[in-house]
Amino acid sequence: MSAPVLQIDGVTKRFGALVASDGVTLDLRPGEIHALIGPNGAGKSTLIAQIAGGLTPDAGRVVLDSADVTALDTAARAQAGLARTFQISALAMEHTVLQNAVLGALGARGGRLALFRSVLDDSELREKAEAALDRVGLSDAAGTVTAALSHGQRRQLEVAVALTLNPKVFLMDEPMAGLGMEGTAAMTTLLDSLRAEAPILLVEHDMDAVFKLADRISVLVAGRIIATGTPDAIRADAGVREAYLGDEAPA
Amino acid sequence: MTREGIVNAVIALGLLLVPLWALWANEPFTITLATKVAILALAGVGLNLALGLGGLVSLGHAVFFGIGGYAMGILAQHAQTFDPIMEAPFLIEGTKSMPVIWLVAVVSSALAALAIGALSLRTSGVYFIMITLAFGQMFYYFAISWPAYGGEDGLSIYVRNEFPGLNTLNPIEFFGITYVLLLAALFLSARIAASPFGLALTSARQSPQRVETVGLRPFRLRLTVFVISGAITGLAGALFADLNRFVSPTMFSWQMSGEIMIFVILGGVARLFGPVAGAALFILLEHWLGGVSEYWLIWVGALLLAVVLFAPGGLIGLVTRGQK
Repeated sequence: MSAPVLQIDGVTKRFGALVASDGVTLDLRPGEIHALIGPNGAGKSTLIAQIAGGLTPDAGRVVLDSADVTALDTAARAQAGLARTFQISALAMEHTVLQNAVLGALGARGGRLALFRSVLDDSELREKAEAALDRVGLSDAAGTVTAALSHGQRRQLEVAVALTLNPKVFLMDEPMAGLGMEGTAAMTTLLDSLRAEAPILLVEHDMDAVFKLADRISVLVAGRIIATGTPDAIRADAGVREAYLGDEAPA
Repeated sequence: MTREGIVNAVIALGLLLVPLWALWANEPFTITLATKVAILALAGVGLNLALGLGGLVSLGHAVFFGIGGYAMGILAQHAQTFDPIMEAPFLIEGTKSMPVIWLVAVVSSALAALAIGALSLRTSGVYFIMITLAFGQMFYYFAISWPAYGGEDGLSIYVRNEFPGLNTLNPIEFFGITYVLLLAALFLSARIAASPFGLALTSARQSPQRVETVGLRPFRLRLTVFVISGAITGLAGALFADLNRFVSPTMFSWQMSGEIMIFVILGGVARLFGPVAGAALFILLEHWLGGVSEYWLIWVGALLLAVVLFAPGGLIGLVTRGQK
């Protein structure tokens, strides 16, 4: 088995008496989609914030590509290769789709930002941005102002920006949220093809998509991982059924 | 050319033609008014970088305007009294040379912006407004209580400073200097807005999370633009002092900060020529309405209200009907 690209190692976070993350340990291996599921209030958002860098754990480590990134901020983790997508689209709404993708390419390139050169004349950035838009099927909308995009297109753009970062890891927070049947199917196909680029830690409520895509699933309940395993193993796990899945799991 | 491009060209040409007409018609006062517009517009162009591109509502830009003004006042004062600023450990004398004064004004206001920005940009929203306002008041009261340079009475400079090859006492030549500097600042602004830095900065205004997630730091972007913004407004301050041949603590007052912001809002926030249109309208209103009633600012207030409520893109937005 090859070494994991992302390791969450005993991460614990308390808010007063509430233990939002209770010694969470999970890893993400090359080429896989690892889904994190759990009921509302299980602590998924808190965990994501600690992985992405918005929140510092009280204990435990986050290791990205064998480097401890626990002390780094969001920007530094992005530079280290962590590409996050948001549940509620965080995009520059007044900018065009292309500008949003170029911003990603710009961040990935690093170094000093030029003050006087035209950003859209930079063919290196542009090509990278256009390739990412093409990959998610947004090429036709490149010149559209982001605010005018449909909900589904915004989700696609989130993924495109993440792609421009040449990430080592995707961290996706409910990429299917609010998508219709067709949108979910398209997103499922897209994510399926992305795992070749970099493994995905997928936080998702859509159980059909999770069971279709995931190589492994971890179940988070009340801040603890109660089970990790293949979709079949999770489906069969009595504890998981009791705590969370109920009759929701597709047979 | 886009519609906004045409409007901008018309404004730029208009600001040049009015004083040229005034020269022909022998109306020196109109040239002075146009000069005032160019200088105040320059201060607004500075603020518009922070406010328009960065979304930083600074109510303390009078600090930089005042620093520029006092840079001119102090240097020229020492030059006209032949009294060096300091003798030990090395001699620093005053100067009447505009380029040197500009350099001092730009560097000192940029340094002030760096210090003020490093502290105040850790906050946001209403706290940022209050902190920048507080810095403004600090400088204001400091200037009032600094007897070496006139205190409350300010400093009078007898003769306008010198620019190589030009007679700065000739109104049209001094106007030319301010006009060229304004165009240069506008050119700089346009380049910054279209640059990689500009894209990151405007994105940080719309979604700071997004910018962090691609590996850039909003704080650094904002601090950079705050410094450039302060430096340009500082240069305007030095020119304003030269126009009036007078510097006083009023340049540091919060009313001054408010006026600079009014130029930007009237003309159109984040519009390249917004501050030019805004400053021109403001000076025209001051000139016309000021002759009718000393309470003319009431009408400016009403106009500002109308712009904020009905034309958020300001004058430029109104003329271009929201088109870019």
